[in-house]
Amino acid sequence: MSGVRVLVGTRKGAFVLTSDGKRQKWDVSGPHFAGWEMYHVKGSPADPNRLYASQTSGWFGQIIQRSDDGGRTWHQPGTPPGEPTTTPDGMPKGESNKFVYDTSPETGKPLTTHQWYDGTQHPWEFKRVWHLEPSLTDPDTVYAGVEDAAMFRSIDGGQTWQELAGLRGHGTGPKWQPGAGGMCLHTILLDPSNSARMYIAISAAGAFRTDDAGKTWKPINRGLRSEYIPDPNAEVGHCVHRIAMHRSRPKVLFMQKHWDVMRSEDAGDSWHEVSGNLPTDFGFVIDVHAHEPETLYVVPIKSDSEHFPPDGKLRVYRSRTGGNEWEALTKGLPQRDCYVNVLRDAMAVDSLDKCGVYFGTTGGQVYASVDAGDSWAPIVRDLPAVLSVEVQTLP
Amino acid sequence: MIRVVLPAHLRTLAQVNGDVELEVKGPVTQRSVLDALEARYPMLRGTIRDHVTQQRRPFLRFFACDEDLSLEPPDAPLPDAVASGAEPLFIIGAIAGG
Repeated sequence: MSGVRVLVGTRKGAFVLTSDGKRQKWDVSGPHFAGWEMYHVKGSPADPNRLYASQTSGWFGQIIQRSDDGGRTWHQPGTPPGEPTTTPDGMPKGESNKFVYDTSPETGKPLTTHQWYDGTQHPWEFKRVWHLEPSLTDPDTVYAGVEDAAMFRSIDGGQTWQELAGLRGHGTGPKWQPGAGGMCLHTILLDPSNSARMYIAISAAGAFRTDDAGKTWKPINRGLRSEYIPDPNAEVGHCVHRIAMHRSRPKVLFMQKHWDVMRSEDAGDSWHEVSGNLPTDFGFVIDVHAHEPETLYVVPIKSDSEHFPPDGKLRVYRSRTGGNEWEALTKGLPQRDCYVNVLRDAMAVDSLDKCGVYFGTTGGQVYASVDAGDSWAPIVRDLPAVLSVEVQTLP
Repeated sequence: MIRVVLPAHLRTLAQVNGDVELEVKGPVTQRSVLDALEARYPMLRGTIRDHVTQQRRPFLRFFACDEDLSLEPPDAPLPDAVASGAEPLFIIGAIAGG
């Protein structure tokens, strides 16, 4: 019988929530890595038992964890304890937590400074991995979006990481600046129809696309409007919060920007606004129904200074028309005195029929809808603040 | 044998209980002790000192014999009591926040 596995990253550990295809009764496993910030946990589409997790701490830095058994056991995919740390010929062996920016001339000598909050230039400093995106076809290949913004790739199951330096090296880096949460590369979308095409998004630089598997990148921000940028046609500097696509139409993209919900028909070359009747077009998450490419979900948040839902009512908004026309989904969600936030990586969908939709809040609730959003129920309601939610649909 | 006391989260990462005991060749310094620690527990590389600069991570401190050694040069000899194994080297996470 099919089932689902919900992978939850929180401020104080990771949790694995599992259920059968009915999605009514849930087993809760965790906290894994108790006390650590778990920015993201995601499974490989090519091997559902292969999971990757970003474990991070202001004290101890960045750790990558891997599970090969669906989250029951975990290990760092570097050199095991007790083994020599170098090969017989003296070469260093894998260090899963080593993310070093590439500054070599051979790869384009990426720029070494970006714009700081005060407008001055500031050196790139690695802080953490925000997002892990496993390859669609190879369990050992995984991409990492990091702060300060850059993209890394591992082709050995997370043991070693190499920067895709063309992103920082393409020229606009000195104009990138941190958002309130830091200068993070938080979104990675892999085109299922074209293995050379990927989309990423950075706060606050904008969205970028590669058509050559990460060697070169172009900004794809035409049509975005950001009040804080004087130039209405600015190529970069936009605070993109999240991008989503439906795998059947990978050229159609949806974006929750700092303000504005946007849509592109042409792989990001141009964007137009589809905020429509939303009560506020500020927010973080956006996702697409697994079987209906024109059905979207967002969670409107009141403003960038008040990171909670309008009127104390937690409402998911659904559009069945690809944007512009939105309906509030409230059944089962708190409609008074609710002041949680839903962060950018904290919504996901399963591919069962009916499509399940899941999101986590900074109040520690993980809500699930097994009827495409018509009604909601909490799977858990007292976790640490939720940073990310991913879902695996299991055979 | 050199004794090192790790913070709880790093003990969990290294899968050890209690003190770590290390054989250190040559002069006993912060650098040589950390080199030996990371060689035996490679999963700790990057968690105590930066991968590239090899500088101590800002929120960690080194103590031994009731002294804060955090700002000592990495190649300065550690106290004799640490070198002899009578006293451990403490790696401590600084307390931050309220």
